[in-house]
Amino acid sequence: MGMNRRDFLKSSAAVAAAGAVGITVPAEIQAAAAKGEEGWRWDKAACRFCGTGCGIMLATKGGRIVAVKGDPAAPVNRGLNCIKGYFNAKIMYGADRLKTPLLRMNDKGEFDKKGKFRPVSWKRAFDEMEKNIKKALKASGPEGVAVFASGQYTVMEGYAAQKMMKGGFRSNAIDPNARHCMASAVVGFYQTFGIDEPSGCYDDIELTDTVVSWGSNMAEMHPILWSRVTDRKLTDPERVKVVNITTYRTRSSDLADFEIIFTPQTDLALWNYIAREIVMRDEKEKIIDWEFVKKHMVFAVGPVNIGYGMRRKGEKSLKEGKYTAKEMETINHEMEKKVSATEAPALAPYGYKEGDVMKNTGGTLKHWEISFDEYKKSLEPFTLDYVAKIAKGDPNEDIEAFKKKLQMLAELYIEKGRKVVSFWTMGMNQHTRGTWVNTLSYNVHFMLNKQAKPGSGAFSLTGQPSACGTAREVGTFCHRLPADLMVKNPKHRAITEKKWHIPAGTLNGVGKQHIMAIHRGIEDGLVKFAWVNVCNAYQDSASANHWIKAAREMDNFIVTSDGYPGISAKVSDLVLPSAMIYEKWGAYGNAERRTQHWRQQVLPVGDAMSDTWQWVELSKRFTVKDLWGEYAPSGPRKKALPNVIEAAKKMGYKEDTTMFEILFANERAKAYKIDMNSFPQKGYDNSECNGDSRNVKGSDGKVFKGYGFMIHQYLFEEYASFGRGHGHDLADFVTYHKVRGLKWPVVNGKETQWRFNCKYDPYAAKANPGGDFAFYGPLAKALMQGDLKGVKDKKKKPLPNKAKIYARPYMDPPEKPDANYDTWLCTGRVLEHWHSGTMTMRVPELFRAVPEALCYMHPKDAKAKGVKRGDLVWVESRRGKVKARVETHGRNRPSQGLVFVPWFDEKVFINKVCLDATCPMSKQTDYKKCAVKVTKA
Amino acid sequence: MSTQKKPEITARRRFFTDTAHHAGLGLLGGLLWAGYADKARSSVLTLRPPAALPEADFLRTCIKCGLCAEACRNRDSNIDKETGKPRPETLKMAKADTDGVTVGTPYFVARDVPCYMCDDIPCVPACPTGALDEASVTNGEGELDFRKMDMGLAVVDTNSCIAFWGLQCDLCYRACPLMDEAIKLHYTRNSRTGKHAFLEPIVDMNVCTGCGLCEKACPTEKAAIFVLPREVALGRPGAHYVKGWDKKDQQRVGERKMENITTHDKRSEKKAADYLNDGVSYE
Repeated sequence: MGMNRRDFLKSSAAVAAAGAVGITVPAEIQAAAAKGEEGWRWDKAACRFCGTGCGIMLATKGGRIVAVKGDPAAPVNRGLNCIKGYFNAKIMYGADRLKTPLLRMNDKGEFDKKGKFRPVSWKRAFDEMEKNIKKALKASGPEGVAVFASGQYTVMEGYAAQKMMKGGFRSNAIDPNARHCMASAVVGFYQTFGIDEPSGCYDDIELTDTVVSWGSNMAEMHPILWSRVTDRKLTDPERVKVVNITTYRTRSSDLADFEIIFTPQTDLALWNYIAREIVMRDEKEKIIDWEFVKKHMVFAVGPVNIGYGMRRKGEKSLKEGKYTAKEMETINHEMEKKVSATEAPALAPYGYKEGDVMKNTGGTLKHWEISFDEYKKSLEPFTLDYVAKIAKGDPNEDIEAFKKKLQMLAELYIEKGRKVVSFWTMGMNQHTRGTWVNTLSYNVHFMLNKQAKPGSGAFSLTGQPSACGTAREVGTFCHRLPADLMVKNPKHRAITEKKWHIPAGTLNGVGKQHIMAIHRGIEDGLVKFAWVNVCNAYQDSASANHWIKAAREMDNFIVTSDGYPGISAKVSDLVLPSAMIYEKWGAYGNAERRTQHWRQQVLPVGDAMSDTWQWVELSKRFTVKDLWGEYAPSGPRKKALPNVIEAAKKMGYKEDTTMFEILFANERAKAYKIDMNSFPQKGYDNSECNGDSRNVKGSDGKVFKGYGFMIHQYLFEEYASFGRGHGHDLADFVTYHKVRGLKWPVVNGKETQWRFNCKYDPYAAKANPGGDFAFYGPLAKALMQGDLKGVKDKKKKPLPNKAKIYARPYMDPPEKPDANYDTWLCTGRVLEHWHSGTMTMRVPELFRAVPEALCYMHPKDAKAKGVKRGDLVWVESRRGKVKARVETHGRNRPSQGLVFVPWFDEKVFINKVCLDATCPMSKQTDYKKCAVKVTKA
Repeated sequence: MSTQKKPEITARRRFFTDTAHHAGLGLLGGLLWAGYADKARSSVLTLRPPAALPEADFLRTCIKCGLCAEACRNRDSNIDKETGKPRPETLKMAKADTDGVTVGTPYFVARDVPCYMCDDIPCVPACPTGALDEASVTNGEGELDFRKMDMGLAVVDTNSCIAFWGLQCDLCYRACPLMDEAIKLHYTRNSRTGKHAFLEPIVDMNVCTGCGLCEKACPTEKAAIFVLPREVALGRPGAHYVKGWDKKDQQRVGERKMENITTHDKRSEKKAADYLNDGVSYE
């Protein structure tokens, strides 16, 4: 019939469309579509992009992915995707994919930091890595070797990286970009529940009566979930209420019954206002579910003088004057600050008054138990008048109208029988008091007994596809080990050493090199080797000028593994071509604890290989003798790391046994056989295990023929063994290839919808037989006693199965608009582009739709600054400036005094402007507020 | 079209409307227009700059000087960030080989470079002859107002628009400078999945200026939302139908002319007496 590709696509689309709207398609066209699909192989996978975790179906033919569709069997999205989701294949086929390792070299072919990138073999690439890692270990010990890891790692990649870093190199300087994304949510979970990750799931959307969105533009960032919220609203528009709480008007306001525009940082005050309404009116109106609270809650507080997670006095780069006087204006607040009139009332119960100098001691997770009366005292200042005064974010809004909305909000939460879900994303996480504001959300839900129940709960939505599945559950954070184990805890290290078959004492107990600490460590000269994995650490970190300068001008070696050249690759010394998402076997875990696996669909392009392979090949270069000797104190580690070589020998290893043999190609691993005759391996490529038809020359210069065992399954099963029996139970590898994901804990083949609720969570039922709830998370389950000002009784009182309600005040951020920098800057994403745009900016459709990042501002502000829509402006802070085009209409509509600039566009490098202040507890950067001035360019 | 905000249609425009109306369905069905339009004369599908006079008047008045296109190209907001030089301009001057546009006259193709709806509409004051009529884009306060622009109307082909399949797209909605005014979302339930609402883009003809930013942003192979001149895009209910619930609508009907009141068709072609005198046949 001679249909060309275009006709064929047309007729397939017609069939799909007709299927959707119920039109009958002529038999002739139907036959044509069936013929066109001949030779297509459809297989399921998870979407590459956000934390929603939509299921997709991929069709491959002739070694290329030829079509993508939503997976109709996926419970999250039922066959639908957002507009990015349809480009899951196209992101892999950009013309400028990295296909071979590239090294900066001089004309003689030697590595030269000032040289130009030239192609090299994998062998040469690993030679340079090996050499520079050994150099870094010699200069700084394990603390000198760092990895910028990712919430976009597959589970197996993250586990391989974590194992080699912590078990092999004995370095905890591995931290994911997820640090920038949900670290505050994690610390919030740990502080409140003693265990990470949400109690609820997406089913809450269909079951709730109220969706309150706090600092989350769900309509753009989680479109599929937003369509579910919209659908729920449509089922009962009168009953179902949607509220959008935000610092500027977004697309999510469209559906909302009302929006609350608040001044950046005052979400702390909003939550406390709701809590105050609950507590102060309780006596008369019986609002608090006291039976629940008494059975399951304690009240707690921690120090308030914790600073802002910036550089502290005495740090090397500060002493060397690498920071300008202007930068120091803000950084000085890290050491001490004057209590402002705005925050003074909120801080009064903690013993501060206006004008006091607060000496900051730095971040701490320390907290102690207090009485309900003390908690009540902390709420007293948050009257409607005070909160409205400090929180009203639109200067043109009437204060009385604003107060009315606050009252309406409190009523929605309080109303008996009304189910409420609070969703949040980066607004509450990227926050210098991110941990506080996360815990404040649970306070309200707990007092009303509206948590961990179908249709009710505070629910942290994640940004990245495997921020939960990999970064958190595998534990690729500097302070974590798999399944909620902690680097700091000697028992946890011992469990891990045993599972990994490495000597006791190998693991380093100091896990303080989080992402910003790694950047700062490079600038201080501590970190000499850094490897960027599945992220864009040099575009995504605030105060970017410092980190780029340190990478390019100091004595260090930076490596970036990526599918495409981006900013991180550009500032690197060595660039490695990585297999992209469907060019490898993998697994992701989404925001509702759903683990999803996929198989390798196609071979990688060029000589690209997966990050798992790159880690495993690197491990071949290092032996027991190379890595397991003694290390003197270095950086944050104040004690020596012991020599464990003798202990290793006792375990049967030799001095020249490689980490490859110990960590990856051991007997346990080899038990996972290659079996190309059965499911799930049958018919699918497996580049790491079998090699492939490209005959890529590997790290030894010879054609790579594969490991000969099923390494993906080994890595997954060994990782999963950490959580089984401990509330993190995962199903087995093969099961995940048969189902559309399962929400852990998976116990007796059954997934869990609502954790801590005895009706749904077998762990809760076991912890509290015959009861209703059990908050069984094990962390910090005994507390000292005290009041808002400090500890009074050091004796620790246990609190089995209980969660915590925290007193947290409002405090100013470290930088606020002033006479010189008069405008708030907020950054974030747009629907069309994923993160730094390395993938989506290469999809013509998405590029055409949003070709550049704009500076969204209020028309009156634009007029006052003499700029028109479309004009170029400088957005300048104390740290740097970028040029961007002004938009005064459209999707984001800031009030006067605030501008929004998204960060996906490397040509509008907004992270040069942003401040690297973090929540001092979670170390997550606050990208949502700093002070800038906007001038015509 | 009682609620039409845009200027009343001239007789000349009406002619085009009628012609286009007949062809309209064919157009959406994919009929090609090549050959219909005389190469020397502009196709009815040509999009003109903001504030252009009705086509006949425009062609009579435009001296093909190119100042509007130059203003479009050289405006501050068209400077490329990296090079400091102008980017491709929205307004082009038709060349001899430009299909269906009168040679030398300004036009734009929204899918290539849409109109960015500049606050100060620099192309319009640049016109020396009034072919671009400044008054038509000037508001009550005497300011140039892009909301008053009228280059065309965005039309959604609901068959190829993926949002109508349930996909979460709304690219056009977010690209619209008058988001939620010119393009709105229509929310309906999705009975197939039971939980994912349809978010369908709907154009408000009273607000849309025809800038084409939506057409540019549309991710389908051929844009599922596209700008047509209003005369092409819109039907006309005529004076016969009146919204009984809407007093204003009666004003529209008030314009009805007497000659239109008497109807003529095959049944009434004979005079009454002649008809009666024909008699009735029976057996």
